[in-house]
Parts: sequence; C-alpha cells; structure tokens
Amino acid sequence: MGSRSSHAALIPDVDHIRRETGFSQASLLRLYHRFQALDREEKGYLSRLDLQQIGALAVNPLGDRIIDSFFPNGSQRVDFAGFARVLAHFRPVDEEDATIRDPKQPEPLNSRMNKLRFAFQLYDLDRDGKISRNEMLQVLRLMVGVQVTDEQLESITDRTVQEADEDGDGAVSFMEFTKSLEKMNIEQKMSIRILK
Amino acid sequence: MEKGLSGLRGRVFELSDVFYFSKKGLEAIVEDEVTQRFSSEELVSWNLLTRTNVNFQYISPKLTMVWVLGVLIRYCFLLPLRVTLAFIGISLLIIGTTLVGQLPDSRIKNWLSELVHLTCCRICVRSLSGTIHYHNKQYRPQKGGICVANHTSPIDVLILTTDGCYAMVGQVHGGLMGIIQRAMVKACPHVWFERSEMKDRHLVTKRLREHVADKKKLPILIFPEGTCINNTSVMMFKKGSFEIGGTIYPVAIKYNPQFGDAFWNSSKYGMVSYLLRIMTSWAIVCDVWYMPPMTREEGEDAVQFANRVKSAIAVQGGLTELPWDGGLKRAKVKDTFKEEQQKNYSKMIVGNGSPNLELD
Repeated sequence: MGSRSSHAALIPDVDHIRRETGFSQASLLRLYHRFQALDREEKGYLSRLDLQQIGALAVNPLGDRIIDSFFPNGSQRVDFAGFARVLAHFRPVDEEDATIRDPKQPEPLNSRMNKLRFAFQLYDLDRDGKISRNEMLQVLRLMVGVQVTDEQLESITDRTVQEADEDGDGAVSFMEFTKSLEKMNIEQKMSIRILK
Repeated sequence: MEKGLSGLRGRVFELSDVFYFSKKGLEAIVEDEVTQRFSSEELVSWNLLTRTNVNFQYISPKLTMVWVLGVLIRYCFLLPLRVTLAFIGISLLIIGTTLVGQLPDSRIKNWLSELVHLTCCRICVRSLSGTIHYHNKQYRPQKGGICVANHTSPIDVLILTTDGCYAMVGQVHGGLMGIIQRAMVKACPHVWFERSEMKDRHLVTKRLREHVADKKKLPILIFPEGTCINNTSVMMFKKGSFEIGGTIYPVAIKYNPQFGDAFWNSSKYGMVSYLLRIMTSWAIVCDVWYMPPMTREEGEDAVQFANRVKSAIAVQGGLTELPWDGGLKRAKVKDTFKEEQQKNYSKMIVGNGSPNLELD
C-alpha cells in the first residue's frame, strides 16, 4: 500500500484533481496509466487523434461528439486534469455522497445534474443552452447514419421536440430536458462501474 | 444494444438514447479491447526481470540480491553463450543452404535441404533457450497444404520450423534478413515477394495458388493476423489466405510468459533490441498444438471460414477471441463497423415499418 503513493506522486496536481473529481486514489492511478497508454508519443497531453485511434470509440456513432466534449472552448489538447474531469461525470454515485455533502461545496461532477448537463451538451453544439430542432436532427442523423430517410427523421425529431418543449419556443432548454427525463434512472445509465 | 436501450422492439426514439452511446464511448476510452493487446502481458508474480516489474513495487534486500544474481547470470553467462550459438546457427544456415543449392533438383537435394534447415533452426532455438512442447504431432501440416498460426513475434517462424519444413511467405528484406532469404530460396522454394508485388493482392494469391497446387512443395506458412499480438488473444484473420483453396492446417502457439516475454512490440522496439531482450530473458517456453486440417465448406465464404479457423485456434491455445483487426494499431477503423451500429439502432427506432410515424 505504501508503495502505491510513490506512483501517485507522479501525477501532477493529484490532490486537486482528487478533490475535484472525487475519484479514489486507485481509480485515479488507473486513469493515469490509461492516459499515458493513449498518449503514445508521450506528449503529456492528448489530442483528438489519440482518442480517435480507439477502435471502439471510432465505430461509436456519437464518437466525434464524445471526443469533442474533451476539448471545450476550441482547445486542441487535453491534459490529465481535463481527461479526469470529463470521466468524472461517469463516476457511479455513492449513496453516502448525497446525504453528507456540504451544501456550500460545488456539486460533485457525477451528480445527476452534471450527468444530465454532459448529455445535454452532446446535443447542444452551439452551446446556447437550447437544443434546437436542427441540433436534434443532427444527433439523430449521427446515430442512424444513412439507414433512415430525411422525412422519417424529421418526423421523429418533431415529435420528440414537441413532447419535451413546454414553453413552445420550438427548442428544448436544459430545464425542459431535465424535466422530460426526471423519471429516468440517470445515475445508473450514465455510470461506469469500474470508475469507482 | 437492445438491452441497453430498454429492450423493446419497435420503440421510439427518446432523448435518453444518447446515454447509451455516450456510456459505451466513455467505457471505450477508459479501457478498450484492442490497445491492451499491444502491450506485454502482465504477470501474476514477478519473474526477476526488471522489464516485467510493472506492478511489484516493494523489493526487499534479499530479493534485490537474488535479482542482482539473476542479472549477472543472464548478462554475463547466458547472453554470450546465446549470441555465439545464434551466430553459429545463422552461418551454418547460409553456408548449408548455399551448398545444397548447388546440387541439381532431386530427392537427395530435398532431403539434404530439410536436414540443413532443421539442424540450423534447432541450433537457433537453443540459442534462445527455447523449450517447445509439440502436441498432436499426427496433425503436422502436410505437403501442398497451408499452415496457419497466431502471430506473436518473428520467433514463431523458428519455433515452427524446428519441427518440420515450411515454405515461407514474406517480403524481400535487405541486410542480414535478405541474405538469409536468398540463401534459403536456393535450397527449397520459398515464396518471397518484392515490396511492390505485395500490394497486388491478385498476384500474391496467384503465386500462392501455384505453390499449393504442386503437391510436392512444402506447406506454406502464413500468419493471417498480419501483425504481432501479445499472445493473450487472437485478432481478426485476414481473409486473403483463406481464398487460396487447399487444406488449412491450423496451429496454436502459446508462450509461457513467466520465463520471458516473446511479444514483439514493433512500434516500441526494433529488431536488434528485441533480440537482445529475448536473449537476456530466462528462456522461451511455449506450447505448440497442431490441429486437425480444415477445409472450406459448401456455402461458406472466406470470411466465415477465416473466423471458424480463428475460433478453433483461440480455443485450443486458451486465448480470447477478438473481432478487431490487428492493423488497428496503425490505421483507423473501417467505416463499415460504424455503419453496423447505425443500422442496428435504426432498425430499433424505425425498423418495424412505419407504426411509429403514424402519430397524427
């Protein structure tokens, strides 16, 4: 056990990252090794290309959008802190976390709200806080490829937007998004168990 | 995929569907099946080689002493012995095959060339301290057949040729490899290709077919994965070798990682440093299983046949099976795989005709 810390000391800013993401020491170490394995040229950061090399991600219809979420604000590099921050959204929710949390602290990254926010920004490309009909269409198109005609896709989109849209502005805001998913077990659907 | 998307056929699209794909995507980022196959296997207990000391941090003074002793033995005693042996083996091979190549074609020539090949390969394997167990020798590849095996390193060739002669297939190299190749082809017909010819798949298939058709020629040795994998799994078999026809003799090779890691990580190590690492390990211990011959069945295409052989080899060698292409470590994945996923998803939300769309 004592020997582990000598490894963790290699991670820059490890305490800060641990507090921000809530990962355990072991998970953080595991992610750090993974980060290094993906960073084949040992640059110290990951580029879009490094993530695109992952086969299972490249065949994922939403692969590009997922990769984009690692590079907010037009940056082209993600360091380990940024990497861990995105993955923290998928940390399973601890039962105790919810009750003993200090309300003055910022919400943990893997809270229900933040998980929903992550999903929301996969739709909301222009980051205007609303999913327009067009953005919904784009995501649907990514997920079905060429298998579905435009008309079918548009009617599916229209139906979905109508169902979720409450204030009638033709777009789904984050609040409307959250409301339409309030019955869904987000904590379970957006958690990766091995990231405990 | 259906299970992940709340398992109803003909269900409609929902906002939450994006969760399924994003979770899958991030799972792949945390750990994917392919990348881990291109690094050396992790050991359960340490085998006193620094290179495998990834997880074992705490080393007591006693262990350090043992380790130092190990280093001394490996570098000062075993290494020079092995290098000498290797040198002798390779020189004998070149000289022997050149001499045999001078003889006119006859049965004696074939017999002599086999003798030379076998002897020199055995010397070379000794130079790596190789201990090989052959199982099911009755299924050893016959003349006019194609031998197919999983690929871990160039040493695989040595291991297989110690027990029988094969015709090899490969690119013409320069340097020492080139000399060896040219010498070998004098004694018995191997199939060496120029780099430019390799790109022409039809030419390759044609030449291989000619070789196989001649029942007197030695069985061809092919590694359908196309690249070195770390011996924990078998990746996609390229269908080219399975289109030639003829009988396929599958062979499974499994190395014991406790004595030395045979995997050649070609992006990390060059040939010389790889050989050096092999020669300073304890030994190369491996099992070779010969398997009953397989032929392509009626109505089976090359891809299905390749997968069938791949499964058989994986089961025999105790390796896991992966559908991914080994070439992924260098190139990007084909779009056809993404289309598969898209097709599956579309079928679900639109699939059963248009009942979902008749809402108004």
